[in-house]
Amino acid sequence: MTNKLGPYSDKVMDHFMNPRNMGEMEDPDGLGEVGNPVCGDVMRLYLRIKDGIILDAKFKTFGCGAAIATSSMVTEMLKGKTIEEAKKITNQAVAEALDGLPPVKMHCSVLAEEGLEAAISDYERKKGQIS
Amino acid sequence: MRKIFFDHISTTPTDPRVVEEMLPYFTSQFGNPSSLFYEHGQQAAKALEEARAKVAGLIGAEAQNIIFTSGATEANNMAIKGIAWANEDKGRHIILSDIEHFSVLFAAQALSRWGFEITRVPVDSYGIIDLGALKASIRADTILISIMHANNEIGTIEPIVEIANIAREKGILFHADAVGTVGIIPVNVGELGVDALTLAGHSFYGPKGIGALYLKQGIRIDPLLQGGFQEAGYRSGTENLPGTVGLGVVAQIAKEEMPSRIEHLLILRDLLWRGLSQRIQDIHFTGHPTQRLPGHVSFWVENAEGESLLLHLAFKGIELASGSACSSNIRGRTEEDLAASQVLTAIGVPSHICTGSLTISLGKDNNREEVEYFLEVFPGIVERLRAMSPWK
Repeated sequence: MTNKLGPYSDKVMDHFMNPRNMGEMEDPDGLGEVGNPVCGDVMRLYLRIKDGIILDAKFKTFGCGAAIATSSMVTEMLKGKTIEEAKKITNQAVAEALDGLPPVKMHCSVLAEEGLEAAISDYERKKGQIS
Repeated sequence: MRKIFFDHISTTPTDPRVVEEMLPYFTSQFGNPSSLFYEHGQQAAKALEEARAKVAGLIGAEAQNIIFTSGATEANNMAIKGIAWANEDKGRHIILSDIEHFSVLFAAQALSRWGFEITRVPVDSYGIIDLGALKASIRADTILISIMHANNEIGTIEPIVEIANIAREKGILFHADAVGTVGIIPVNVGELGVDALTLAGHSFYGPKGIGALYLKQGIRIDPLLQGGFQEAGYRSGTENLPGTVGLGVVAQIAKEEMPSRIEHLLILRDLLWRGLSQRIQDIHFTGHPTQRLPGHVSFWVENAEGESLLLHLAFKGIELASGSACSSNIRGRTEEDLAASQVLTAIGVPSHICTGSLTISLGKDNNREEVEYFLEVFPGIVERLRAMSPWK
């Protein structure tokens, strides 16, 4: 972490103060909503997918600084990835991309990974129903 | 960037008048109060006893009943463990409230290895202890009741006189953690009827690292620290002389300035309370509306998380506290260290909602302009977070 004073790295604070891709999406191809019952955080992730490639990702999140920053970061990491590549994104990768998270906040990155899994399985379910 | 400090319940700046009086005791007046055969030691002992008298004067006690400690955590541990150990032949049951500070709760829980049992008494939705439940929890082997005077998170002031009466009738010792009230509102140990009482310097513009336990005449405790018999053997260890001098000075100042400070805090608190009620939708104030600390406003807002509120406010230079699960124990090492505030849970705020809680604790140096600045920026921060929330 570069910001040694507060609990969060500069990158976490940047994504928290200026979240990327925050908002809703009409008729998403994949929609995932996951929550953490312990702290009450909830993340909703919207995906626009064409020919197996994630073209756009948006999120809405209720939660702490780490929850919002990991939501923002995961949408950035998802864009342009294939479904197979996206499935390989782990919570550790999201946390690392943010220059780390305090140990007590690692579960927030799990929220991002679970949101991503939920949105992709929603997409695959919808696709299965169509074809 | 200018900083607005609204977290006086966590600590306060040391009054410069106090620092000035402390300084000689680091350098020229460096003596050890136990070294009574020469002047440096004699002067140190004199300063120590003068400070003790001033601290006693703030709470209506006799100087001989004040034991200096390293702070409130030590004083609370000393009271709980010291009274328990000294009375274990009479019984091993201790009663606390559901909203005690961790230094009371965990000190009591640590006694389980000596066979002590703890009962925690619930509070109502305002955070006031349930006196019926307190009476019902008393057993033949109850030796100690420990209830805080005012709660730090929700500002509620507990009915200490009633609790003391209940304890006295049953012959049970009563300790009050009065960190939130001593030096802030009038506290008189005789009028309250307590047997032991904890106070801390840094909660009312004194230095950190110094506190005291008031122990009523005739009450025995086993010391936590054994050694060279300082503090009448209750607390061995060379005294923190600059700290005790500082605590004495600040006690005297607090006593003199208390009425005007309270008046000032009540004006600011009402301004803050009214402004928040008018400007924030879905805001819920916590704690008792009238039986509360004068500079204290606590609340939670729906659909905005507490840590996120804190981070945005800090970005605007406003420093305050949250009982949010997400901001608790941020220095913890595992996720198990994260827990919703026990106080908010005790007053019946659902835990997933605890996340939106904030505590504003005003101080003597805050002013109207700072409160107005907060009221100006806070609604926008709440709106910004609500716009991000998946719930509408």
